[in-house]
Amino acid sequence: MVFEAIAKLIAEHNDCDVSEITMDSSFAELGIDSLDTVEMLMNLEEQLGKEIELDEKVETVGDLVRYIEARL
Amino acid sequence: MLKGKIAVITGGSRGIGAAIAVKFASLGADIALIYSGNSKAAEEVCQAALGYGVRAEAFQCDVADFEASKAAVAEIKNRFGKIDVLVNNAGITRDGLIAMMKEADFDEVISVNLKGAFNMIKHCTPLFIKAKYGRIINISSVSGLMGNAGQANYSASKAGLIGLTKAVAKELAARNVTCNAIAPGFIQTDMTKSFGEDNPLVAAIPLKRMGRPEEVAEAAAFLAMSDYITGEVIRVDGGLAM
Repeated sequence: MVFEAIAKLIAEHNDCDVSEITMDSSFAELGIDSLDTVEMLMNLEEQLGKEIELDEKVETVGDLVRYIEARL
Repeated sequence: MLKGKIAVITGGSRGIGAAIAVKFASLGADIALIYSGNSKAAEEVCQAALGYGVRAEAFQCDVADFEASKAAVAEIKNRFGKIDVLVNNAGITRDGLIAMMKEADFDEVISVNLKGAFNMIKHCTPLFIKAKYGRIINISSVSGLMGNAGQANYSASKAGLIGLTKAVAKELAARNVTCNAIAPGFIQTDMTKSFGEDNPLVAAIPLKRMGRPEEVAEAAAFLAMSDYITGEVIRVDGGLAM
């Protein structure tokens, strides 16, 4: 569920198809910087109904998914 | 004008912070005043701001406390819906020559003046990033530029604020968030009440007088309304630190 939500946000951000995003996609290759990931998390908080503070660097979509899932 | 903007001002119950709150209110900003202890003074500043037909509320918070400042930012966000401008003005002094300075005096000054600003910026940053807008103004001091004997702790904290200002300015520029500092000189506030106009330090000021809090507030208003200035330090010191 977290992956789908993140993939949807990235697809909207990059104006691409959700199918292009996998757990192994790196934010660098997606052209998403660390400020974007903070922004994405802010948007996810509303959907998840939980406040999550990003206090480590995440390299891939999978990293972020695992980071969030560990805190739900 | 600052109409429709929400401004958070720390150390807002007195001196420079109070002057900034009233100035911003006069320009149409809604005011969230953070104060450490004097609720009566904070209420009076809010009353003065309300006179301009804006919203103004006071929030008690020790900005040196990471969790408390987080809670304060969350409460302000709940009450006002957003935050546009953050003025880190809260500051204390514990003056003394370094040979005699107690460790606690150093730690306390750094905690409020420097870490307090970090805490507030840290907690407001996600809001600024999401909004793609933010104006951060840190109140430093000429002591941070020149050093001031008897103020190793205060000078260090205020110089630290300048480094913090520039790093944050670089990090957040891509999100249309600016971060600037003001370095006031000798301003007539409770902090400098032991100074008289006959103080030899006043003679060293090229403009030959102490400044007024309202004169610092003018610079803060200018920065709050500027879109293309970031990482800058503006001296409001009568020429003292030239």
